[in-house]
Amino acid sequence: MKIASYQELKNWQKKCQNNKNYKINVLVCTGTSCLSSDSQTLVEMLESALESHNLQVEIKVIKTGCFGFCGQGPMIKIEPDEITYVKVKVEDIEDIVENHFLKNTTVKRLLYKEPGQTKLLEKSSEMQFYKKQMRVALRNCGEIDPENIEDYVLNDGYFALAKVLENYSPDEVIKIIKDSGLRGRGGGGFSTGLKWELTRKSPGNEKYLICNADEGDPGAFMDRSILEGDPHSVIEAMIIAGYAIGANNGLIYIRAEYALVTERLRRVITDARKYGLLGKDILGSGFDFDIEIKLGAGAFVCGEETALIRSMEGFRGEPDKKPPFPSQAGFRGKPSNVNNVETFANIPVIILNGAEWFAKIGTKKSKGTKVFSLVGQIRNIGLVEVPMGTTIKEMIYDIGGGHPEEREIKAIQIGGPSGGVITKEYFDTQIDYDSLVEMGAMMGSGGIIVMDEDTDMVQIAKFYLDFIQDESCGKCTPCRIGTKRMYEILERLVNMEGSPEDLNSLRTLGRIIKDTSLCGLGQTSANPVLSTMKYFPEEYEAYAYKTKKTKYSIDPKKCVGCTKCAKACPVECIEGKIREPHIINESECIACGSCYEVCPVNAVIKP
Amino acid sequence: MKLIDKMIQCSINNINVTVEKGTTILEAAKKVGIHIPTLCHLNLADFGVVNQNANCRVCVVENEKTHRLVPSCAEEVVDGMRIQTDSLKAVMGRRTNLELLLSNHPQDCLTCVKSLDCELQSLAHELNIKEIHYQGEKMNHPIDLTSFGITKDTNKCIMCRRCVTMCNDIQTVGVLSPLKRGFDSVVATAFHLDLAQTSCTYCGQCVSVCPTGALAEMNDSPKVWRALNNPRKHVIAQVAPAVRAAIGEEFGYDAGTILTGKVVSGLKRLGFDEIYDTNFGADLTIIEEATELVDRIQNNKTLPMLTSCCPAWVQFIEHQFPELLDVPSSCKSPQQMVGVLTKTYYAEKNNVDPKDIVMVSVMPCVAKKAEAAREELNKDGLSDVDYVVTTRELAKMLKEAAIDFKKLPDTNFDILLGESTGAAAIFGTTGGVIEAATRTAYEMITGKELKEVNFKQMRGIEGIREAKVKIDDLELNIGIAHGLGNARKLLEDIRDGKSDFHAIEIMACPGGCIGGGGQPYHRGDIEILKKRQKALYDLDKNMPKRKSHENEMVMKLYEDYLGSPGSHRAHELLHTSYSEKQRI
Amino acid sequence: MKNKIMDMSTLDKRLLKELDDYINSLDGDKQEHLILVLHKAQELFGYLPQNLQLYVARKLNLSSARVNGVVTFYSFFNEEPVGKYRISVCMGTACFVKGADKVLERVQDLLKIQKDRISEDGLFTINDVRCIGACGLAPVLTVNDKVYGKVKPNDVDDIIRYYRGLENENS
Ligand SMILES: Cc1cc2nc3c(=O)[nH]c(=O)nc-3n(C[C@H](O)[C@H](O)[C@H](O)COP(=O)(O)O)c2cc1C
Ligand code: SF4
Ligand code: SF4
Ligand code: SF4
Ligand code: SF4
Ligand code: SF4
Ligand code: SF4
Ligand code: SF4
Ligand code: SF4
Ligand code: FES
Ligand code: FES
Ligand code: FES
Repeated sequence: MKIASYQELKNWQKKCQNNKNYKINVLVCTGTSCLSSDSQTLVEMLESALESHNLQVEIKVIKTGCFGFCGQGPMIKIEPDEITYVKVKVEDIEDIVENHFLKNTTVKRLLYKEPGQTKLLEKSSEMQFYKKQMRVALRNCGEIDPENIEDYVLNDGYFALAKVLENYSPDEVIKIIKDSGLRGRGGGGFSTGLKWELTRKSPGNEKYLICNADEGDPGAFMDRSILEGDPHSVIEAMIIAGYAIGANNGLIYIRAEYALVTERLRRVITDARKYGLLGKDILGSGFDFDIEIKLGAGAFVCGEETALIRSMEGFRGEPDKKPPFPSQAGFRGKPSNVNNVETFANIPVIILNGAEWFAKIGTKKSKGTKVFSLVGQIRNIGLVEVPMGTTIKEMIYDIGGGHPEEREIKAIQIGGPSGGVITKEYFDTQIDYDSLVEMGAMMGSGGIIVMDEDTDMVQIAKFYLDFIQDESCGKCTPCRIGTKRMYEILERLVNMEGSPEDLNSLRTLGRIIKDTSLCGLGQTSANPVLSTMKYFPEEYEAYAYKTKKTKYSIDPKKCVGCTKCAKACPVECIEGKIREPHIINESECIACGSCYEVCPVNAVIKP
Repeated sequence: MKLIDKMIQCSINNINVTVEKGTTILEAAKKVGIHIPTLCHLNLADFGVVNQNANCRVCVVENEKTHRLVPSCAEEVVDGMRIQTDSLKAVMGRRTNLELLLSNHPQDCLTCVKSLDCELQSLAHELNIKEIHYQGEKMNHPIDLTSFGITKDTNKCIMCRRCVTMCNDIQTVGVLSPLKRGFDSVVATAFHLDLAQTSCTYCGQCVSVCPTGALAEMNDSPKVWRALNNPRKHVIAQVAPAVRAAIGEEFGYDAGTILTGKVVSGLKRLGFDEIYDTNFGADLTIIEEATELVDRIQNNKTLPMLTSCCPAWVQFIEHQFPELLDVPSSCKSPQQMVGVLTKTYYAEKNNVDPKDIVMVSVMPCVAKKAEAAREELNKDGLSDVDYVVTTRELAKMLKEAAIDFKKLPDTNFDILLGESTGAAAIFGTTGGVIEAATRTAYEMITGKELKEVNFKQMRGIEGIREAKVKIDDLELNIGIAHGLGNARKLLEDIRDGKSDFHAIEIMACPGGCIGGGGQPYHRGDIEILKKRQKALYDLDKNMPKRKSHENEMVMKLYEDYLGSPGSHRAHELLHTSYSEKQRI
Repeated sequence: MKNKIMDMSTLDKRLLKELDDYINSLDGDKQEHLILVLHKAQELFGYLPQNLQLYVARKLNLSSARVNGVVTFYSFFNEEPVGKYRISVCMGTACFVKGADKVLERVQDLLKIQKDRISEDGLFTINDVRCIGACGLAPVLTVNDKVYGKVKPNDVDDIIRYYRGLENENS
């Protein structure tokens, strides 16, 4: 069945509505995190249980993308009441079917409680985690069956496309996106509308529209969740963008690690074609557009747009000098527009709700919302979408729920390997493109790593640098050799073989690598080191002057003398009588950390 | 567009300069006399190569407005741009990147083949590097000494990729590529194979553009020294045409100074017993080749006929187009002809045991080393040519022997295989062989004297050229290609049956042998090649005899020894065969 | 001039045929699909030995140096055989701050091999990956497609024992 006009799309939506003859939706998260905790089995068990009670017509089990609150996964949400069960295990399914569906009572023990509180929360919207969030890019994630095009259409899917094709010229579309103030979510924060305009104006008939789904930032999974939970929105946005810039071919470059997502994308693309939403004469408008998927093969640098294009052409993913920019000469040497997945996910809503609506959200120069993956030493690990301008404090305490063991959070790292740290003194900073850069960090793709007082910042910097020099393409001198030298210096430092002079070398070298590298990877590679050096100089000095404590010790004021640590210590260097403070013989301690792990009152002090 | 629209204004170190749109900062700076150091950059635009991937980062300069450092070799000037080449930031950037390169480099200058020819070394000098502040792990790869032509010491590679551009884009052989990534990345052959196991043609073009000692010709001078010092050996030298037009550059002469007489004297002083001219072989080659061509045309045999005097090109067709092995002429190259004749004709005449003769050729070419080692050219334990030294190696030997080249007198070649014509002289440049062959073929076919010997259409420096020559009622279609990428195009046409040439001259090196892999380094200065080329044409012009078949000693050779051109004996000694080789 | 990489007789003919069919089925410029073809080849053969790379190069009319350059650029491609069980320890940031390095260390100690190597019995290979998108479960380790979340160094013993057990059952 081909949908050939706006009207036909409307009719289809109505028909979908009527098709929906079931009363209850059971949404089961099958995002990667929940899937890893066996949510697929939950689905199968639910389905067979419902069938055995002959409820399958009334109650429909829907596999959705990530709900966001992965730390509480696997989650199940039952609509229309919005009752949300958390940390559901296979054993719980029977209980849910018996009580919830047959007896109509909520299974209390599976409800969520805020930490330290006793009140059971039935609905996800009551949870602190969701309260300050605003889901724009993630609007459908966890709400619909991502592979069911009808579900998407029911949520006004493809209406933005129909609206565009029916009512707007390409220039008008570009104007709307420009007016909305949308900036690229892939890291750079370049105005999306402006980029489209540049590509549109580039001479040439053959143009390409590229979706960057490489998501290489280690510890970030925003794009994956969007593609997993709401792939049609990205497809729809790509068609709109193709129309705006004058491209008939779209490409999605996706990292090889995302095999499941790739399969899903292939399926939804086939579906969209079936309904005439991709291919020739889309929605009867005369506009042709189709999408091809290109696979990466494990190289972070391929997220950089010129490298990505090289990789799509079958070469080593080495960045090229800019200019020329992809908008001038990109894929196959033709003008190409590269946008990030999340950028695309925003497009359909902007079209439907208008530029003004979008521009009202956020701060003066950063409009709309941003999705972050909130991980590290934080209670509520997950995917979070907030309006630009939300403060870091709100992010980590209100939404994130603070430290899981109530320890002090000393800093966050934002922007991944290109970013930097922001220390607790600055947690009132509003998150937007410009204020982060001012702080020496950057938005990057939106990974936020929360670090507590135990985190060794030098080790963190070393971790990022290890990543960078591992992922450097090796083309240019400063990044190929410079980051290696920086890494060697850091390694020397943490092995207590360094010297104060090394700190100067790090700083100078870092600055020059930033200044002279060929691409964004090298140009930002020193950020994690430079920013931790700026905010935590004492941690570096402790290594450089070799005053760094390396052994564990016990805080006598906290120790309750439970003897657990003494039992755990593999070299038996902890002494103390029961119910009396214990003492570590530091000269024998091998810093294995076992005592730290077992102490019930956090009395052991990590070096 | 009006010219005025194409011109833009910028300032470099506060000096204003107006340049055409598309000019790089480097070029603009040059215009106002400001030198910016470069390393990876190489501009051979005349041959269609510009290595401009801007990866060494030792040419960075500061954009005053943005305070960003930009690579001057690749960044184009925009209107109103203000550049500082010597701000502290720019200088530090350049120095540090060079230091980083050096921190991953074996500092073997004293014993390095490239010493004093090395761009990395001179840059370290130019930037006044006195200390390398960052030390650490260095590359550690085995050195490849297995091939007959080229040594590859990957540890000296600075990843500029000039060689990759050369081998892939210009020569389309594609033996080299960057492998791995990050600090481990390296420019190498597939799977780090030895060059001898690959389809390398030994054209040596990678060597001629490599700024460091990472790629160099195999050093054969020790073997030559040994032979020269062996009293039982009769050591004979031959000198190729292109050598005499370039060797002077190693001694401070201008490019294109012809120094034949000094080369002969130099070789005499080194202790060679006889010194012959490869040009003699060239004249002989022409006679054999022209005979073959006329035979192929008149008897409807395989056409076109391709010249076969360039061994890199022969290697190329054996690896890349094995199905076309019947198109090259079966003639040996001049070097091999002179070689085989010293071990037969000369040996007989002078009563010397061929086994005691050591034939050393001085060549502009790296591939000649591999040619001399070919199985087909080493029969019965006797090789036509024993050792090949390049122009550069000969210059080094002369220096080593403390010979003051500039003060050497002029001496003539020894007579037996020493006479040559102008036709042979132009063998050293692209187009020369086929021009020489045409002169002889014309007279062979028509039996009339050729009045105008200068075939201007065949000259020049474009990659592929065509010429039509009227010979009575035959219109001879001639094709010329230099650089293997251009050769590939002509070969594809032949394979696809789209070629209507009778004869094609192919030279592997851009420019022909004057631009050979064993010549003094031109460092991207194309003018040097043009001067060498001109010198050879001048040489031809000033020769009393300009057609190969007018070479009296050659004709005497046929009379005394070979019989007629194309005779059985000539075939036995002067022709060879080709075999299919695997492509890797 | 004979060398090992030229010898393609060691490659399974049936799999080569499948690879050929796949290459023939690709639309457009085949050289542009090099990475896809390599994915397919690795899927079929388990890894990309030199002769297979050469085979692909010939098929796509590319130089083998170019193919090898691509293979060695991307971490997804293996030039060495891999074990039946591929243990990937996530070393993404979320996992790292939760002690993934300790987990990796433990795996290496237990199997007595370094990462990117194959264990003596040919059963296991270890490698590190950078975020598989299950950060909520950090630290994460995968064995082939199975994900293990919140892994403590000690859990590694059990996981490996489990797979060794599977083998013993089979044999
Ligand atoms: C080293 C490096 C890695 C990058 N990785 C990604 C990535 O994984 N995903 C992404 O969308 N953009 C990434 N980018 C940014 C892209 O180059 C490009 O700017 C972006 O895809 C443009 O889309 P946007 O304007 O919608 O943000 C990366 C940039 C650099 C320098
Ligand atoms: S900065 Fe690093 S990743 Fe970018 S081109 Fe240079 S070496 Fe490659
Ligand atoms: S860190 Fe390990 S060795 Fe040191 S005291 Fe604690 S348990 Fe003992
Ligand atoms: S485990 Fe903690 S509380 Fe118990 S004895 Fe050790 S330090 Fe004291
Ligand atoms: S390559 Fe150059 S810098 Fe390196 S050792 Fe040789 S001469 Fe010295
Ligand atoms: S330059 Fe220095 S190191 Fe080199 S030979 Fe002379 S004194 Fe020795
Ligand atoms: S000698 Fe010629 S063919 Fe061989 S690697 Fe160098 S450029 Fe390539
Ligand atoms: S071998 Fe020479 S030319 Fe090739 S990349 Fe290395 S330094 Fe450059
Ligand atoms: S063109 Fe001349 S120098 Fe170059 S490879 Fe051929 S014969 Fe040698
Ligand atoms: S994957 Fe299930 S909530 Fe994120
Ligand atoms: S010369 Fe400009 S970057 Fe190398
Ligand atoms: S960092 Fe390990 S799964 Fe994301």
